Formats: sequence, structure tokens, C-alpha cells
Amino acid sequence: MSLHDQDDPALRAAQEERLRAVWKPPQGLFLRWTDTNNNRVGVWYVLTAFGFMLFAGVLALIMRTQLAVPDNELVSANSFNQLFTLHGSMMMFLFAVPMFEAVSIILLPQLLGARDLPFPRLSAFGYWSFLIGGVFVSGSIFFNAAPDGGWFMYPPLTTRTDLSGLGADIWMLGLSFIEVSSVAAAVELIVGVLKCRPPGMRLNLMPLYAWYILVVAVMILFAFPPLIAGDILFEMERLLDWSFFDANRGGDPLLWQHLFWIFGHPEVYIIFLPSIALFAMLVPTFANRHLLGYPWIVLAAVGTAFLSFGLWVHHMFTTGLPKISLAFFSAASEAVAIPTGVQIFVFIATLWAGRVTWSTPLLYATGSLAIFVIGGLTGVMVAVAPFDWQAHDSYFIVAHLHYVLIGGTLMPLFAGLYYYWPLITGKKLSDRLGRVAFWMLFAGANLTFFPMHLSGLMGMPRRVFTYPAELGLGGLNLLSTAGAYLFAAGVAVICVDLCLSPRRSKAQRNPWNAGTLEWLAHPDDEDWGIRSVPLIESRYPIWDQPDFVRKVDEGRFFLPDAEEGRRETIVTTALDARPLAVIRLGTPSVKPMLTAIALGGVFIFTTYHLYWAALVCGVATLACTLWWLWTGTAEIPEKPCKPVGHGIELPLYLSGPAAPGWWAMFITMMADATAFSGLVFGYFFFWTRHADFPPADMANGPGMMWPMIALIAGLVGWLATIAARNIHARGGVARARVLLACGIVLSIAGAGAGLAGPWMSGLDPQVHSYPAIVWTLAIWTSAHAGVAAIMQSYALARSLAGKMDPHHDADLRNVSVYMHFYALTAIVTYATIGLFPEVA
Amino acid sequence: MRNPWFWLLVLAGLTACNAEQSTLHVFGAEARAVRQMALLLTIGAAVIVTIMTVLYVRAVRAPEGKLSHDRGMRMVLWMGAIGPTLILTALLIYALPAMRPRATAPGDLVVRVDGEQFWWRVAYDPAGDLSPLLSANEVRIPVGRTVVFELTARDVIHSFWIPGLAGKMDMIPGRTNRLVVQAEKSGRYRGVCAEFCGLSHALMAFDVIAMDATDFDAWLRRSRAASAGAIASRGETLFDAHGCGGCHAIRGTSHDARIGPDLSRFGERRTMGAGIMPPTSANIASFIRAPQDAKPGARMPAFPQISAADAQAIAQYLKGLK
Repeated sequence: MSLHDQDDPALRAAQEERLRAVWKPPQGLFLRWTDTNNNRVGVWYVLTAFGFMLFAGVLALIMRTQLAVPDNELVSANSFNQLFTLHGSMMMFLFAVPMFEAVSIILLPQLLGARDLPFPRLSAFGYWSFLIGGVFVSGSIFFNAAPDGGWFMYPPLTTRTDLSGLGADIWMLGLSFIEVSSVAAAVELIVGVLKCRPPGMRLNLMPLYAWYILVVAVMILFAFPPLIAGDILFEMERLLDWSFFDANRGGDPLLWQHLFWIFGHPEVYIIFLPSIALFAMLVPTFANRHLLGYPWIVLAAVGTAFLSFGLWVHHMFTTGLPKISLAFFSAASEAVAIPTGVQIFVFIATLWAGRVTWSTPLLYATGSLAIFVIGGLTGVMVAVAPFDWQAHDSYFIVAHLHYVLIGGTLMPLFAGLYYYWPLITGKKLSDRLGRVAFWMLFAGANLTFFPMHLSGLMGMPRRVFTYPAELGLGGLNLLSTAGAYLFAAGVAVICVDLCLSPRRSKAQRNPWNAGTLEWLAHPDDEDWGIRSVPLIESRYPIWDQPDFVRKVDEGRFFLPDAEEGRRETIVTTALDARPLAVIRLGTPSVKPMLTAIALGGVFIFTTYHLYWAALVCGVATLACTLWWLWTGTAEIPEKPCKPVGHGIELPLYLSGPAAPGWWAMFITMMADATAFSGLVFGYFFFWTRHADFPPADMANGPGMMWPMIALIAGLVGWLATIAARNIHARGGVARARVLLACGIVLSIAGAGAGLAGPWMSGLDPQVHSYPAIVWTLAIWTSAHAGVAAIMQSYALARSLAGKMDPHHDADLRNVSVYMHFYALTAIVTYATIGLFPEVA
Repeated sequence: MRNPWFWLLVLAGLTACNAEQSTLHVFGAEARAVRQMALLLTIGAAVIVTIMTVLYVRAVRAPEGKLSHDRGMRMVLWMGAIGPTLILTALLIYALPAMRPRATAPGDLVVRVDGEQFWWRVAYDPAGDLSPLLSANEVRIPVGRTVVFELTARDVIHSFWIPGLAGKMDMIPGRTNRLVVQAEKSGRYRGVCAEFCGLSHALMAFDVIAMDATDFDAWLRRSRAASAGAIASRGETLFDAHGCGGCHAIRGTSHDARIGPDLSRFGERRTMGAGIMPPTSANIASFIRAPQDAKPGARMPAFPQISAADAQAIAQYLKGLK
């Protein structure tokens, strides 16, 4: 259809009618919860994370009340330990990270002019997992069963079942479940940013928020898996008494600290960078000019991400490290201040160069920066190892981290709330209430946390449920408590403002007069997202591209229609956003929710040692997943191509590296490989800790024969699958099926042989860390072989069912990606457990 | 009230009383160096906050186009990147020497401290072939001499922190960490556990007594002898009869168990229950009858079957051990 056609109002009305029908949300008391539209799932996600934040905040208020005066007996030691463990864990896992993902799910399609994210059902799955896991973890405090080992869960306190109860399992399994959903969301966001940009939006025209989403999601991908690996070892020790952290049986508590902080430090930047991203969106708006130094800020974000993976050891400065490690990690920790400085000065320079319109969101941003700078500077102080030896685990650190997190996460989110509320609801929040709340929050935060610097230096350790009056810390603590209540009152004012919002009238469109794509949103928005997918030529298209809003609204760009009655969005190339295809998106479905419930069952039943129920849920999870994939993915379209406007025809099917599904598989497997390297790190960490590893009485380990058989089976199975893919693409469907069948047999054989090694050599994982880690690697790899067999069977079944042919082979190509990673895993595992003992 | 100095004075007033467990009231060379460093870092941070505030206010107030694109980029380069790099490099060079631990010589006093839920096992191991002297929940060190703490843990991770003396060092099961210090000033101080270690983490402290070197030597010699005390008193008989010696040792008696804290010369100690309360007869008696009341999660079993009067007698006996 040409530009000319869109001049006809009747045609436009008909298009809008079709779009409206296609994007109509499901109705009904239950069915409405099966929605997958990012607008709604994102809002549920935000509200849930906000609710968890309020809950965790109340926990903090109870703590501050207990600590208001010395020797207080309001809360018992037992309750207090649950309070601070849950406060930290919830703020990290149930608020900060999910909130970033939730906001991104809402904003990303709008920032990119897409109709929705590439995998709407995956977002819904992530949300339901988050809700179930979050309620499970946070609800435990009402049964006096909340985790009580600190959010860092250091063994042996937490792994010894005589010293810690069910709470530790709830933490490990409940939060592992949430980590899975976080990784799922990260996959969704990365693919969204890379593949669903509008035509013309090259990487260097991308809105900065999208850049930050990309950086942060990649960080999640590499930061969470080591923790998942740690969780696995942790639960193996707790549930099966395998030895990983028990020094009496060859384990080492420090292994957990390494795995935890390899996650834990990037985590800080995972929750801080999105806030910088919000600033990067609102500062240009209120400075009324382009952001100055776009390439600088992008490089700074990427640099921060890189550095953040190299400084986890600064959380371990007091564990007795050699001087060389101290110097290296001190330097790395200080260095991360440099890209942060660049980002902050980009904002200052932009405001300086522009004409500043003062507003409530900018007020919040300013306050956040002030608080964050103080937190950043105390961060430089504690990066200096000798100072950290005094400050570590004292209230100085409590002060530091809250300055960083309030200035770097919470207050920026409030800035974002006041900025983006009109985008989501069509209404502005009250400037007056916003300002009142701001000053309460700002004063409250400083009053609470500034005195803590002093109480820490005056010798008050963290995580104490009480302190003696003789230490003279009563006054400072009373100030902190008063500040905490003031802060809470500020949050309450914001809540009131939010509650009043439905009674207010609609604001005008683009009320801040911003220049970026998301402000195309109309107060009376339709569910279809964007009317037509625009051609982008500028970083600030609303400001720079003539007649831009009208052209989008009148459907003069791409994909203005839904002729076939399908939800669709445009896929472009990753670097320069050339249009590649139109993909059909998932529609509302109950499958994601059912899968999340089944997977939740696996984790929750395991917590209570109900292994049969957990197994049933595991099978149900697999069944739901296959059902979801079988009915909703890689569907062969009714026609090969469709016109999207301006005389362009785009294909309706993609496979291989051009397809979002292939990227999702590749990215997921990167996370999987990272978790695996966490386990391999464990093996070599133990090796460095022991003069004899394997120990003399099991010097042969699992032997060489079985690991080599497993390796050969894995590699041949991999080659068979790759051959099947290539032959299939050339039309050899029957031969490809035979090869896939061989691959299935080989994968099953590899799984069996992998376990046979440690089994036949009688390695007992309860006696020493060596057999324990060997078993873990073998089980990990065999489980991957099992999944390989399932995937190969799936591809075979798709072929037999006529859902896959040589021109539509996305399934087989995705399975091949998995097989590459499986082969890599097998090589590393079997070389480590089978060959390494020979050379070590 | 509007005057910021008023609040600063209030703050100073609030902080004036604690001289025993503070990184600001130092009695050791290591803590002194860190305090010096903290002062410098704080001043530096305050200067940077001031500069940033001034720049931000000017940025917001500046009319449009006041700063050209090129000058803006130069500002990002110099103030955002090069400036911090120079400052941080200088800081690293300044801090590196402080990371090197104090040098030790073979003759230095070694004090082994072993953290347990929720108390401290202490052993003095002077050079020569003397056997180690055991104690608990109290650390004495000589002023002006290098002291090596060898730190271990039996059950979970603890952290050994004497804020006035030096930074903290973790006590990790399966590892032995060394902390080398030198006290500069005699006096009574306090140390605490700094790593969360379970239910009564908040109630795990200890007394630190820095003594003149000659006094210390005399004390060490004297302490090797049996505790003087009300031997053959009623309290001693009860201590024996109720099996207290099954866990506790008292030098010079038949009790030499190593499960609970060593009670030799208990009467010399300033606190009990790992630094949580003064060792009055009433406190000792009630601790014997119900240790978990004072210290949740304490490993010592409760002895409600010991009458209050008998517990008082045991308390008297323990207080007499000097």
C-alpha cells in the first residue's frame, strides 16, 4: 500500500478496527489474567514489585524501631535476624531487579516503536514465576520460618542443618526460582533490543534507555548464573549432605563467597545502571536539547559493566587475602568510579548546555544524584582495603550501601514514576504532593543514613539486634530511627498521590514535550502499541523528524494494518536495523501461567522435601513447556511474505541467526554455560586449596573409560544433529530424521555413561568435596544430555508432524545451537573429571 | 536551631562517650594509620561533594547555549574521566603501603583466638618452650610489642574486630588468618564479632586489655600458676557436683575440659558471657540457671535444677578465682 492510500480516512478507520480486534485483551474474571500484552503484564509486574518494596520497607521500620534505643527488647534476636535477612533479600531479588525488568517490559516496545516484545508469553511466564516465588519467600515470615542467615547466606552457618532451619531452603529454592524468571526476562529484553527496533534505528540512534537495558540484561545473563551454580551446590549440601562448604570434609566456605559475590557485585550495577538510564531519558527532555556525549555515556555504561565483574573480591577484603589480591581489587574497585564520573558529568554538561525546565521528575533526579554521589564517594573510601578493614561489616557499610541504593535505585525510580506516569496512565501526578514527598524522602534518607557513618566508625557492627548503652550509640541510632519514619512518611505521600490519580483528568499527549519515541503514546491509548512502525532517522524523532507524530498516527509508516488478524511486529537486523521480517507474536494464553505454577511446585515441594510431588511438578513443567512450544512457536505461515507499506514485502518466517528464537536460544545457552563455568570454577578452586586433589584414597576419580565413552557419545550425537540440520536444509528430510534418531540414542547413551563413571568407581559425595564436585559436574552434563535427547525428539516430532520442512527449519536450527553448547559442556566436564586427575 | 553548627555540636555530644570500641579512639598503630586515612578520605569526599554541588547548581541556572558542545565534551573528558583517574591513582599509591602487614620476627608473641558460637577461645603462645596459656573472652596484649593474632573458627564464620587497635579479620573454619598489630597505649578496650554468626551474634564481644610490657610479662607468669581462690569452698563442691567441669577448665584444679570457656582467673575478668554484662553474683547465678535468657542460642545447657542459693555459691567461688 502506498502513502497515498493512507490519505483515506475510511481505510484508516478499517485498519484501526482490525488492529483493535486483534489486540483486544481477553475478558472475564479469570481469562483477563492470561493476558500477555506488555502494557498489562508490565503494569502487574511493576505493582507487584512495588508491593514487595513496601513490605520490605515495613520490615526495615520494625528493625529501626528495635534499634531506636540500646538494650531494647521489642523484637527477639530470632525475629530480628529474619527481618534483616528478608529486608535485604526482598529489596534485591523482589524489588530492585524485577522492577528494572518490569519497567523495561512496559517501556521497551514503546521506545522501539514495536507493537510488543518478541516473546510476550515469556514475559507473562516471568511475571507469574516472580509472583509465586516472591509470595513464597516473603510470606515465610508470617510462619516464623523466614530465612535468617543474612541476604548473603554464608555457609557453614546456613548449610549446617543443625544451625539453620527451613528458612535457608526457602531462600535458596524460592529465590532460585526468581533468578530463573530474571534470566528469562533478560533473554526477552536482549532479543527485544537487538531484533525488534524500528527500521532505520541503527545501534547509534537507539534511545539510551534501550542501550542500558541491553547492557544490564547482558550483565544479568552473566551475573545470575554463578549464583544459580552456588545455589545448586548449597542445596546439594543441605538436602543430600554433600560436602562443598564443610572444611572438615575438604570443602571451603569461601567458595560460596566467591560465587555469591561474582553475582553480588555486578548486581549492584544491575540495579543502578537502569536508574542512570532513566536520567538519560529525562535529562534531555528537561534540558530541552539532545544529550551531550551520547557515545561517551554508552561507552561508560559498557565499561561499568565490564569492570563490575572484576571487583567482587572487595566484599572479601577481610577474609585474609594476599596483598597482591588486595591491591588488584582495590584498584579495580576504585576504577569503576571513572565511568560513573563520566555518566554524571554527561548529565551536568547537558543541563549546562541546555535551557532547563524545572519539574518534579528533575527534582527527584537531582536529589538522587546528590545522595548517590555521597554513596559513591564512601564507596571509593571502602574500596581502599585498609579503610575497609575497619568499615567492613559495620554500620558505615549500611550507610554506604543505602546511599548508593536510595540515590542509585529508589529515588531515580520515583523520578521515573513522576516522569512516566502520564505515559502509562495518561494522567500526571501531583506536583505539589510530589515535592512534599521529595523533601520528606530526601531529609529522611539523610537523617537515617548519615549518622550511620559515625555509628559504624564508632564500632557498631552490622546485623546486631541490640547494642549496649555503654557504647554511647543511643543518640545516633535514635536519629536514624526518626529519619526512617520520616522516609516512610514520604513514601506514604507518594502512595496517596498514586491513589488519587484515577480521579484526576487526563493530561495532554507528551506532557513534558520530550523528543523520544515512547512519547508517541496517547492518553487514550489503544492496546496495539504503535499505530504504524516508523522509519527512524534521529535519536529524538519527535523533535527532529518533520510531521513525525502525524505520520505515525495516520499509519503512514510500516505495518499499519492487521489484514490476517494476527498480532505482528517487525524484526530488523541487529546492527543497522534493516527490516528482515514480520513475526507473529504470541497471543494471550494460559500456558505461561500453568508452566510457572508447575515450575513453582518443583521448587516449593523440594523445600519441604516432598520429592515425589516435586517430580510430578517437574514432569508437568516439561509437559507444559512442550505444549507451549508445540502450539505457539515456529509456526509455518499461510503465505511466505506480506506487504508492510511503501512497497516493501517482508517474509513471515525466519530461521537461524536472523530469527529472534535463535537469538533467545543462544542467549539462554550463554547463561547456561556461565552457570556451568561456576561449577567448573568450584572444581579448580578446590584443587588450589588441596595439595592432593583428588585425595589419595580416590586418586583414580571416576576413571577414564566412562567419561571418555560419554564424551564420544556426546560429540558424535552433536555431529549427527549438525549433519541432520545441513542435510535437512538441502532437502534430505528422511536422512535427517534418521540422523536425529541416532542423535537421540547417542544423547541417552552419553547421559548414562556420564553417570556411570562416578557410580562404577564408587565415589561417595558425602565424604569429601572431590567426589561431590565430580558427581555434580557429571549430573549437570548428563542432565544436559537428557535435555538434548528431548530437544532432538522434539525436532524429529515436528518434522514427522509436518510442522518443519526444509524451508521452515527454525526448530532444528535452534536445537543445533543447544547441541553446540552441550558438546562444549561435555568436553569441559569429561576432560576435567576424566583427564585432569592424570595430569594434576 | 537553623544553624548547622548546632546540629554538629549535638552530634558531637552524642558521640563523645564511647572510647572503648571505636575506630576514632585508637590505641594501636594500625588503627591510628587508618584513622589518619579516614580523615583524609572524608575531607577529599567533602571537597568533591561541594564542587559537584556548585557545578550542578550552575548547570541548572545557566541560560541556553552558555556551554557550547565542544566545551561540554571537554568538561566530560576532564572532570568526568581524567580528573577521577588522577585522583584515584594518587589514592591507590597512597594506600598501597598500608596494605602490607606489619613485619614479624620469630620471637613475637602469638595469641591464638578461636571463634565459637558465641564466645572466644584464647591461647597465649609466647616464644620459647612454655606451654600455651589458655583463657577465654578476654585478650591481653603488651604495649609497644608486635603481637600476632592467629585466628580460626570451629563452627561458623566469625570476625575478630578490636576497632581501637586494628581492622577486622575473619575467622573461617578450615583456615588460619593472621592479624599483626601493635598497641601504643595501655587501657581497657572492647572487641566484637563483626561477621554475622547466628542468633546471638550481637552478644559476642570480649575485653581487650593493653598492658605495659613488663606488667604483661608479670601477668603472664603469674597466670600460669593455679588460680588462687576459695579452694574447698561450698561453691567449688557444687561446681564439681553439678558437672560444670565437664565443659569448663580451671587451672590448678582437676577441671581441664575444653568444651566451654576456660574459667581460670574468672575473678579477674571485667565482664562475663563474652563481654555482655558485669560478672556480678546475680548475673552469674542467673546465667548458670538460664543462659539462653541472657544469650539466645548459647550452647551451654540451662541448669534450672540448681537452686538460686547454690548458684550464688558457685558465683562466689568463680568470683574468687584470681
